[in-house]
Amino acid sequence: MKNHLRLGLVIFLTPVLLWLLLLIVVPHLELLLMSLQGKNEFGETVWTFTNYSNFFTEKIYWYTFVRTALYAMAVTVLTFLVTFPVAFYITKVVSPRLSGFLTILLLMPFWVSELVRVYGWMILLRESGVINHLLITAGLLEAPVEMLYNDISMLMGLVYTSMLFMVVPLISSLEGMDDSLIEAAHDLGASPVTIFLRIIIPYAAPGITSGSIVVFMLALGNYLTPKLMGGKNSLWFTEQIYNEFIASFNWNQGAAFGFLLLVLSSAIIWAGLKISKQQLGKVVS
Amino acid sequence: MVPVLEIVDLKKCFGDFIAVDTLNFQVEEGCFFSILGPSGCGKTTLLRMIAGFQTSTQGKVLIRGRDMSKVPPNRRPVNLVFQNLALFPMMNVRENIAFGLKRQGHAATEISRRVDSMLERVHLSGYGDKDIAQLSGGQKQRVAIARSLVLEPSLLLLDEPLGALDLKLREQMKIELKKLQAEVGTTFMYITHDQSEALVMSDLVAVMNSGRFEQLDTPRNLYSNPASRFVAAFIGETNILPVQRTGRDPLKVRTSSGLELCGTPVGDGLGEPLDLFIRPESIILHPTGSIADINRFSLTVHNILFDGSNTKLLATVDGSDQELSVALPQNQQFAHICAGDTVPAGVHVDSCRCYPRDSA
Repeated sequence: MKNHLRLGLVIFLTPVLLWLLLLIVVPHLELLLMSLQGKNEFGETVWTFTNYSNFFTEKIYWYTFVRTALYAMAVTVLTFLVTFPVAFYITKVVSPRLSGFLTILLLMPFWVSELVRVYGWMILLRESGVINHLLITAGLLEAPVEMLYNDISMLMGLVYTSMLFMVVPLISSLEGMDDSLIEAAHDLGASPVTIFLRIIIPYAAPGITSGSIVVFMLALGNYLTPKLMGGKNSLWFTEQIYNEFIASFNWNQGAAFGFLLLVLSSAIIWAGLKISKQQLGKVVS
Repeated sequence: MVPVLEIVDLKKCFGDFIAVDTLNFQVEEGCFFSILGPSGCGKTTLLRMIAGFQTSTQGKVLIRGRDMSKVPPNRRPVNLVFQNLALFPMMNVRENIAFGLKRQGHAATEISRRVDSMLERVHLSGYGDKDIAQLSGGQKQRVAIARSLVLEPSLLLLDEPLGALDLKLREQMKIELKKLQAEVGTTFMYITHDQSEALVMSDLVAVMNSGRFEQLDTPRNLYSNPASRFVAAFIGETNILPVQRTGRDPLKVRTSSGLELCGTPVGDGLGEPLDLFIRPESIILHPTGSIADINRFSLTVHNILFDGSNTKLLATVDGSDQELSVALPQNQQFAHICAGDTVPAGVHVDSCRCYPRDSA
């Protein structure tokens, strides 16, 4: 009996383990080795820390790195602020039948690929785009304004593409909350603000944390949206990695950047979990 | 003296449906007041209006003489113990109980002192740092009551708080709740559909049906002197026999099987048809000849439903198919009765209560 169980376990785990090993562990080991290698004056491959020291000596790398981290955090916070009222409305205010419909409505845009959605935004926002056209026709603008290719449009695009990954965990954690908890708090003398801060937020905390982790990682590792909506000014760290690999063909430098990004995202998530007193295991389960 | 709670012409409609129909009553200080009624009779709506979670269509709620219509739930001097308790799962026992005190802005030492004394009062000393999930059903119950009681409300509202407990625990909590109320002296308003909870614990019980109070009385009076057919049928066990009136003053009735009985009319305007109500314990077996004002008949025993102190006989009257349930006295006096025996029996006229059938 025990052997049977073990065999079953092996059969079920093999694809997952293979996947992890071949597509995650092996490439990362390769990247790690690559990031620690470089060429000397004679063009020979040698072990070196140059790739990492470049990062610390070149200001632009530093600047992009910090900027990407801060903006990814801003995207996470903004996404939470935008989606929380929506999730609360869907789960607690409207009738259950309508809430299913609204949830589907919310998910629908995400059936379309991210690229198409970003192009949609570009059609709306660009100099010759729909919004400019409408404003000029209405007489509110004399000449068209370029609304794309700035930090605000980039942030907006990132928030938009991340919304789904925040709203789904929020809805599922708020759905589990008994309305009588809110009433009980109200009855015990809590004002609406206190109820929100002391009851609703702590109750939804696991959902908020798991949503935030996903949104943060997606924003940090996003390439498409910053590139298309932020343009040349976006200075997103993934673009640096891309440039090293594709434009400069310096795979060793790109690998080092990739590793730095991995360390950065892990460190920030670890810090976030510590600050919010959540446990990773509890949050993702 | 101003009553703790005064309800004036209170009415609540949901569309065409009248949930609470123009109620007027008062609850005195320190009273254990219960509202007993079947589900859907409007008792929870009434409670929620008093707590402030629902607005009334008409009428007023006054607490210690103050009109509450413009006061939100968090500013009312009443607290509600929810049916599902609604304890905050992300807080431990101590934080749950301290929640309301913190909202009132007391000093930390004062809060800690009051929480400790409340924990002691509900026999949960030492449980302060436990998580809610670690508690048993009865303990959660006590935390929920402590959480409200620690705020020293004018009136504590309880919405079927024992409903989720198993039978044995419920019996135990009933006694504990009554003791607790006597100790703290807070006015309790208790909502239930379980008559035994209401009868055991309360000083006063209001029996509610279709948004109205059928009777507001002491538990003893409710049982022995039900004012309406609904109360008579709802409280306690009873034999209900459809009868026809054959004479008035004194009232004489005949059952469908032809048994002639003298009865006591309840209420006025005794039209047709009537129902005769006889409690199982008011049927006397082997009545002595000296008892006056008694209906006499003989019973054929069909079944003995043994249940310890609550043993009953199922018997038919004089060979007809009119079945009656008869409670046996607890002194084992009739332990010899077997199925198939025929026993002389009697019911006092006062215990044969006749109600008009339509008033239900």
